[in-house]
Amino acid sequence: MNDARIPTAYMQPGTSSFSDFLSEHAPDLLPARKSLPAGSAADIAPHGTTIVAATFPGGLVMAGDRRATMGNVIAQRDIEKVFPADEYSVVGIAGTAGLAVEMVRLFQVELEHYEKIEGSILSLDGKANRLSALIRANLGMAMQGLAVVPMFAGYDLAQGTGRIFGYDVTGGRHEERSFFTVGSGSLFARGALKKLYRDNLTEAECVTLTVQALYDAADDDSATGGPDLSRRIFPVIYVVTADGARKLADEEVGSIADAVVAARMGRPDGPNAPILPGEEARR
Amino acid sequence: MSMPFYVSPEQLMKDRADFARKGIARGRSLVAVQYADGVLFVSENPSQALHKVSEIYDRIAFAAVGRYNEFENLRIAGVRLADMRGYSYDRRDVTGRGLANAYAQTLGTIFSSGGEKPYEVEIFVAEVGDSIEDDTIYRLTYEGRVADEHGYAVMGGDAETVAAYLADHYADGATLEVALGVAVAALGHATEGGQTTDRVIPVGDLEVAVLDRTRTQPRKFARIRPARIEELLGERGPSEAAPAEAPEPPLSADSDDDPPVAPPL
Repeated sequence: MNDARIPTAYMQPGTSSFSDFLSEHAPDLLPARKSLPAGSAADIAPHGTTIVAATFPGGLVMAGDRRATMGNVIAQRDIEKVFPADEYSVVGIAGTAGLAVEMVRLFQVELEHYEKIEGSILSLDGKANRLSALIRANLGMAMQGLAVVPMFAGYDLAQGTGRIFGYDVTGGRHEERSFFTVGSGSLFARGALKKLYRDNLTEAECVTLTVQALYDAADDDSATGGPDLSRRIFPVIYVVTADGARKLADEEVGSIADAVVAARMGRPDGPNAPILPGEEARR
Repeated sequence: MSMPFYVSPEQLMKDRADFARKGIARGRSLVAVQYADGVLFVSENPSQALHKVSEIYDRIAFAAVGRYNEFENLRIAGVRLADMRGYSYDRRDVTGRGLANAYAQTLGTIFSSGGEKPYEVEIFVAEVGDSIEDDTIYRLTYEGRVADEHGYAVMGGDAETVAAYLADHYADGATLEVALGVAVAALGHATEGGQTTDRVIPVGDLEVAVLDRTRTQPRKFARIRPARIEELLGERGPSEAAPAEAPEPPLSADSDDDPPVAPPL
């Protein structure tokens, strides 16, 4: 803060949106306000990969692997791609890591700013819509290969359930009832979730489910990192319930990952789902 | 030719100060008290929607008395300044001192500029640190003065009586229960013609908030809800609401003074 009088713009009532305020008074700070030379910039910056989320009665789990890639190179093996957006919601990112992390930072301030100015928390749909607007502002850069595709999920205090929102690069959002995945390994993770998901999971089962799905993503997608047992680097996992968002400790995720990996030693393709309804799964 | 009246600068400033002070004294008092885990704010404010105490940033809170629209503008400016700085640098770079400085410059400039009416507000900016020694409370007055307060601070309304009560009863490093009890009792304390009266303020009329360093979240500000206040205060005897506040006279209706006279042509 400088030592002169606070600029008049700050004192004027009006918007409760931090990004609107930035775009009027400090547009250079917005992550999406850069003009790029023509051509694709897809290969110049690290990309984040797979995020999965699944709901259980009373909340949801979001998990992300730890790998960032730049072409064939592993740019970072311990990147974090799931962040708390506020007390009751989390956001996971896939796509250009640098832009995505900046977008998450802006989104976090956006939610907190509204809460402080208005004295009340935005509705979950309101938060999801704000994120849409931020993604849409990035469309120009997405067209040049610097896309950011987040996933947003939170506990809806009004409905008492966990809800997941997926996005496309144009900011279009859609709600998912049970589970969702984004990123390069998302197809494989989604396949695993399809076979393993049930709507009466406990919190602990749901956490294990996401670790299984990430394992399957890493199994078939070179850009997704599996649990790194030698370096003890494990997926970042957030559990969101009525008590708020909580990041699982490394030891907690580590013991689940150890169990999942141990089971894969016997059956590399992971747990078996029944082919016909009523049939027991064959081990 | 018109002949403007000469008003000495001393008189001009005194008039403006009197005007601001009168506005501030019309409302009820607000106290900020340091306790073991941080800083506690208490005021008698029957409105659940119009807050006098609010959050600015992770470790910084804002409390104000006086004219609502004026301090609300200052609060919003504070939130924007803090969020802007935290976003463009880092969350740790937002400090209470920086914010107090910005407020001081703003209030000072407005007070001494001829064109604007002085703000009828008084503000506390408090910041909670890692230990009691690191907690700070800044008092900002309508003319832009900044003071560093220790232990407790009172502003608005009958600040002197409340401060005198706190001077006798405040103890360093108290628990939240004790600090809240003393603060609420101080607000209910009144002196009239040498007679002291102690009123039990109804829980519903209290606005209570803390900056609590023991909170696990990075944001240390929390409002304390009536149910919890009741629990903390314990049994206090029958409560009594304050007499209705004198309505704020509209700015232009100072009819006791001579009506303004149009300058001769």
